[in-house]
This record gives sequence, structure tokens and C-alpha cells, in this order.
Amino acid sequence: MEHSAFGDQSNATFSITDEDHTLANAIRFTLNQDSRVTFCGYSIPHPSDALVNVRVQTSGDPAREVLKDACLDLILMCRHVRSTFDKAVDDFKANEGVQEQNIDSKAIEGVQALDIDSESD
Amino acid sequence: MAAAQEEKREEKKFSIWDLPDVPEKLPPHLEFARTRVQCNLDAPVHTESITYSGAYASMRVDNSVQLDFFQEKFRVEVKRLTKDDMEFDLIGIDPSIANAFRRILIAELPTMAIEKVFIANNTSVIQDEVLAHRLGLIPIAVDPRLFEYISENDSPNEKNTIVFKLHAHCKRGEPRLTVKTKDLIWLPNGSEYLLEGQNPDSSSSSKPKTYTSFSCSQDSLPEFANNPISTLPDITIARLGPGQEIEFEAHAVKGMGKTHAKWSPVATAWYRMLPEVVLLEDIEDEDAEALVKTCPVKVFDIEDIGNGKKKAKVARPRSCTLCRECLRVGEEWEKRVSLRRVKDHFIFTIESTGALPPEVLFTEAVKILEDKCERVFSELS
Ligand code: SF4
Repeated sequence: MEHSAFGDQSNATFSITDEDHTLANAIRFTLNQDSRVTFCGYSIPHPSDALVNVRVQTSGDPAREVLKDACLDLILMCRHVRSTFDKAVDDFKANEGVQEQNIDSKAIEGVQALDIDSESD
Repeated sequence: MAAAQEEKREEKKFSIWDLPDVPEKLPPHLEFARTRVQCNLDAPVHTESITYSGAYASMRVDNSVQLDFFQEKFRVEVKRLTKDDMEFDLIGIDPSIANAFRRILIAELPTMAIEKVFIANNTSVIQDEVLAHRLGLIPIAVDPRLFEYISENDSPNEKNTIVFKLHAHCKRGEPRLTVKTKDLIWLPNGSEYLLEGQNPDSSSSSKPKTYTSFSCSQDSLPEFANNPISTLPDITIARLGPGQEIEFEAHAVKGMGKTHAKWSPVATAWYRMLPEVVLLEDIEDEDAEALVKTCPVKVFDIEDIGNGKKKAKVARPRSCTLCRECLRVGEEWEKRVSLRRVKDHFIFTIESTGALPPEVLFTEAVKILEDKCERVFSELS
């Protein structure tokens, strides 16, 4: 829900239900990154209400559009995080197989070395 | 001639026209405050994260993280990955977003957990409610994405409920019996307890009503056919003395960690910022020995620099725990060793309870943050 002064769309407070610091803090970050934003912040009026108020003040553009862009930015960032993470995990799994083999062969060498030692004793 | 050239160069050094129109970089002290937390003996400084895009506008430096810039710089490095825990580095991300992932992992990823316990008999020393609470915390190794949430008006069916039963009896004259989670038996056909007023001997064609209404057996579903649902096997539920007996049925449903911690899919999920340890001056001989000895996690090593001289070097900064012992070696050591944290480099650790592997948990958490944004976006449109 949006609360803003009649006729002035560049300053507004948005009440988002069923959300908390998780989303609000991340959104505040992306809003802050937008050069059209002159002020933004969020508050949770009461800790047992699932409600967060996000305040957006811009240098002219409609606050609603700026907030939408912030959401979009966050979505794109998340997508990028996800694809990078998946790739890193796949790479790690692929390399891990090789590494494990190496460790094994080393361990075997170690055992053989030990055997030789004990024989010479 | 040479002198003239020298002079020219000198002149050039001071020419104002050589300064770039738009400086690309902040002066070093501001760049340091922006990217590092400095940990002094008494307290850390520069702890805030400066996110406002115009924070350095007076210096004509853009502080915004443009998306393409983020995509260029962001990196993930997996350090350890096992069946149930992993450690990886998120590099080039803001704490607000890393923290959102952490919070979602703990509180907003669904799992299955025992919610209702029907106790038929309990003569053990554990009270019913304590037993029920213990059962709730048992991790169930099943993919929660295969199930639906159950709401108050729903009847429990094969899509939203998993039923286990347990019957343990310690006979007289026998040693004490430990009841473990592997004694829980999965009931793919749902509850076996009849609702009150039902006559088990009635010969009517319809099945007698139980506490669940499964329309088909869960093991006839393709996802569970060769993959029976189980709990982690070796957790002690109770100990029975001779003559004691426990018999109950437990119903597990889908839920989220913010309702109750038993639904949290992670034992823990946490991050720490990458430590950076810098020696501001050369530390040699006895001082070096003292420094190496003082660090409990062996961050420093000694390096031979020839002529029988030794020098301290930073070998394993990643394991620094920020105990600050190295600043207490002696007076003025704060000026010799600098402890820092890199603000946008997170060492993330996830320990899964067993329902899903940790790498899947993280991707699911990122997806949930995306869904949240999408919801707000569509509500505003
Ligand atoms: S703060 Fe503690 S762990 Fe870190 S380098 Fe100093 S002595 Fe070692």
C-alpha cells in the first residue's frame, strides 16, 4: 500500500505486509544505489506485526517507479548470484573428484613407505 | 640539456591540468574507510557500510554499484562441500544482501517436521509433552518441495503429511532399552489410529476413518517408490527401563523456521568478513618470535632473510579470529600490526540438518528473495 501526499508522487511511504528486515534492508540497499533517490529508509512499527514501512523520497521521479526499479535490480542481482554460485559449485565438484584421487594415491604411497620402513626395522 | 628536461618534468608534476577531470578513485584514506573495518585494541572503526550512491558526490566519485559492474566483480569460491555442510566465499556483495540470504536460510526455507503426536501409551519417565517436543526436533530426510502446506481447514492427506509410528517395549528382566530414531516406522498409507466412534470390525465396504485421509499410498508415488522417507537414524528419543513402554504415532507437516526452529533446514548458517592482517613495519628477530608465539591460531610465520636475521610474515590471515592478542604483545604494537576486515568479502558457512544438501539450500534461499521482490513489484504495478 502506498501513502503519499496528493499530487506529489516523488515522496511516498510504502507499507509492505508479511515482510521484515530480510527484504526491507536489501531493498534499502538497492534504493540507496539509485541516484534518483534523495532519501530512503525503513521501519518496523511493532515487532509482532508482520509489516514494514519503506520511505522513498526522490528528486522528481515517481517514488513508486523508483521502488519498482529497486526490486528489479535486486531480482537481477539475485539471478546473477544464483548462476555464479551454481557454476562455482559445479566447478568445485568437478575438481573435487580429481583432488580426492590425488589424496588417495598419496595416502597409498604413504602406507607403502611405512611398510618399507617397518620391514627395514 | 638534461637539467632542463628534469625541470620540465618537475613543472609537469605540479600542473593542475594533469589531474583527471573526474577522479576514478577515492583518496586512499577514504577508500580504506569504505572497504575495510579497522580493528583497534579498544574497538573497531569504520564499521558502517556506506551505500548512498551520492556519498562521495562532492569528490565526483560515483558510489553506486551499477548492475553490470556488480556482475563483473561478483565472485563465489567454494572452499568446502560435503553432504551436510559447506563453506564458500561471497566476494563483492553488500552485507544487506548477504544477510538477507542468511536470514532466509534460517527462518524462511520450509522443511518437514513432526507437528502432531498421538500418544497411545507412555509409561517411560519422559513426560508426553517433552517427548513430543523431542520428536519435533528430529530432522526428516525428505525434500520439502514435494509437499504442500497444510492449513487449518485441510484434512491431512498424502500431499501434506508424513506419518511415522513407533512402538517400543522394554521387557521385565532385560537391560535398559535405548529408543532411537531408526525405530520410527514410516506409514505410507497414513495413520492407523481410528477416529473415535469408528468400529474396526464393521464389515462395510468403506475404509474405517482414521486421523488422516490418504487417497493413495505414498510409496505408490513415483518420488518415494524407491526412496522411502526416513529420519536421521541415530538420535536417541528415550531410554526405557524394564517394564516401560512407548507407543505413538507422529504426523509431520511442512512449515518454516520463523514459526518454530524445528522447521529450520540449517543447524546454523553464518558468515564472517575476511580478515586482513598487515604488518605496518618490518618485525625482526625477538619481536618476530614474540609475535609468532602470541597468536593462538598461527597466523604468522617466520621467514629467514639471510645473515641469520629473521622476519615475521603473515601466512594465514584467513584463520585470524580477531582475539587481538597480537596487539597486546607490548606497548605501541597497535602501530606495528593492523587488523582489518574486508567489508564486501563474506566467508559463508551453511550446516544443513539433512533434508536438503547445503548447496541446494543456498540456491533455494536466493530464489525466495527473488520471489519476495517479485511480489512487491507486482503489487506496485
Ligand atoms: S587477532 Fe588474534 S588470531 Fe588474529 S592475528 Fe592477532 S593474535 Fe592472531
